[in-house]
Amino acid sequence: MEKILEVQDLHVRFTTYGGTVQAVRGVDFHIHKGETLAIVGESGCGKSVTSNAIMRLIPNPPGKITKGKVLFKGQDLTKLTEKKMRSIRGVDISMIFQDPMTALNPTLTIGTQLVEGLKQHRKVSDSIAMKKALEMMQLVGIPNPEERMKQYPHQFSGGMRQRIVIAIALICEPELLIADEPTTALDVTIQAQILELFEKIQEVTGVSIILITHDLGVVAKIADRIAVMYAGKIIETGTKREIFYQPQHPYTQGLLNSVPRLDTKGKLQPINGTPPDLFSPPLGCPFTSRCPLAMEVCNKVYPDSTRLSDSHAVDCWLQDERAKKLLATMVTNKR
Amino acid sequence: MLRYILKRLLIMILTLWIIITLTFVLMTSIPGSPFTSDQTSNETVQQNLEKHYNLDKPKYMQYLLYLKSIVTLDFGPSIKQPNQTVNDLLGRGFPISFELGIVTVIVAVISGITLGVLAALRHNGIIDYLAMGIAVLGISIPNFILATLLIQKLAVDWEIFPVATWASPMHMVLPVLALATGPMAIIARLTRSTMLEVLTQDYIKMARAKGLAPWKIIIKHALRNALMPVITIMGTLLAGILTGTFVIEQIFAIPGMGKYFVESINHRDYPVIMGTTVFYSAFLIIMLFLVDIAYGFVDPRIKVTKKEGE
Ligand SMILES: Nc1ncnc2c1ncn2[C@@H]1O[C@H](COP(=O)(O)OP(=O)(O)O)[C@@H](O)[C@H]1O
Ligand code: SF4
Ligand SMILES: [Mg+2]
Repeated sequence: MEKILEVQDLHVRFTTYGGTVQAVRGVDFHIHKGETLAIVGESGCGKSVTSNAIMRLIPNPPGKITKGKVLFKGQDLTKLTEKKMRSIRGVDISMIFQDPMTALNPTLTIGTQLVEGLKQHRKVSDSIAMKKALEMMQLVGIPNPEERMKQYPHQFSGGMRQRIVIAIALICEPELLIADEPTTALDVTIQAQILELFEKIQEVTGVSIILITHDLGVVAKIADRIAVMYAGKIIETGTKREIFYQPQHPYTQGLLNSVPRLDTKGKLQPINGTPPDLFSPPLGCPFTSRCPLAMEVCNKVYPDSTRLSDSHAVDCWLQDERAKKLLATMVTNKR
Repeated sequence: MLRYILKRLLIMILTLWIIITLTFVLMTSIPGSPFTSDQTSNETVQQNLEKHYNLDKPKYMQYLLYLKSIVTLDFGPSIKQPNQTVNDLLGRGFPISFELGIVTVIVAVISGITLGVLAALRHNGIIDYLAMGIAVLGISIPNFILATLLIQKLAVDWEIFPVATWASPMHMVLPVLALATGPMAIIARLTRSTMLEVLTQDYIKMARAKGLAPWKIIIKHALRNALMPVITIMGTLLAGILTGTFVIEQIFAIPGMGKYFVESINHRDYPVIMGTTVFYSAFLIIMLFLVDIAYGFVDPRIKVTKKEGE
């Protein structure tokens, strides 16, 4: 399958008065055409920074992409001029933000906000833009689109606003949609509706979706593949099946144990401790201080990525061939 | 909408009535009468004059007569210059004061917003520090001091602009500068801080994610929202500029309403005091009303047309 986006060794830093925050510390992942990739992780682990870095929307200063590539259909976005990048934003790659209550400009009508991207990039006439806007409003399921286009954001509910934000993101028919916690700010029932809308949109348009979330319920519903992020790194990737049924990283296992599931019968185990400070992240595995299985090597050296299948990879010493041998000898020596 | 306007109109009339009453009370309680400074007048002349201007009548009658003159918009002749009616003075002075005021407002708003936006876009840069430095000076120096400084430097020492009076655009520069700097500074600071806040909003990020050009994001998405607080304080600023014209007109010997107003108080010229006060108050009240209406136009969330409780 064609890789539409490939992120290689991405590093992002923020220079602040308090020091340098290493928000993203070497992230690799890719997404295929028509696929939904979920990036999961606790808040503060660098999910938003990663997605903003792809769009080159990191505020600079203080932020900067210090290393790595973002290959969109083979073209490295980190090398583009700002002007060229503008012609990609909203056209080839679109973004949806967490809070629909603040993502729309309160002083402009929905119609204006819908068509402005189209008019900027496609130079279409007003009537064609309006037609396209109506089409999008229908696609995302807004009743009476013609009337509603003349209204302002405050006249819509949160769920409706998120539908509008989605319509805005899709109006130029992008190939990749990055949704940063698109359902976090919504009621549970509305969340389900929005997730269904994503599925429908993908069916109709074939768009690839990077879905960023800290909610495994959301992931379980619509992701094809999952990347688990921790302290600025992706520590495990795999298909939904692999991550949910054969999680190999202790952090992934911990995450899964901390959400209610039918088979755990209410025994929830939160992960103790807190993620490391990104001002001075540890040299070794960042999960060491919280990991029940941590070994001496973990604290000193970051584990290499171990491939478990074509789609499944994990950064953990427990899966490393060398460590496995070592463990085996230790066990035999004890006997 | 009609209901709202009617309600506002009622409140405006009530406000005006309170101002008139207060002015009347204050005016008549200042010691002295319009004729005390006249050397020529003797007892009988003074009595005749008082009779002529109804000043011999009881206070409440005088009050009612003033109210009547306001309702009929006929303030009668001036006491000091009996050959002129108050309406004549207003008709002559108002256009000049209005010109001074409106040019000041335009200069203050345009330069204030520009300065504020530039400062916000170059946040913590040299332009920012420069603009805010100017703003702090503008706020802390009172307009009459600035006026004298400007006259001394630009008119007397360097002879670039005329010292006083009101004849050509060159004559307008110094008084407008003196009057506009304060409000400009306030607008600049406010625009900067709201602009900085607006620029961090999600909808600005979303506009960037749409791939819009930077100038479009600033003008269409940021500025409009950043200007709301500026519109809110416009009422206060207008009041400040209006009272500022009294002082500035005195300093620059501009024959506007402010001059008549100040003179009328010095001379206890009751009809002129009443006429100018009513005129100034009515003008300001109407301006504040217009500012409120404008606010509704810029911010769709505020609907003046909506009934209360809706
Ligand atoms: N503008 C910024 N300045 C300084 N630090 C930032 C900035 N934006 C994000 N960070 C830091 O980067 C880290 C990752 O943040 P983020 O990507 O927003 O996390 P999340 O996974 O919750 O989306 C956090 O430690 C945060 O403090
Ligand atoms: S590398 Fe070590 S500390 Fe990190 S998750 Fe694996 S076992 Fe735990
Ligand atoms: Mg986030």
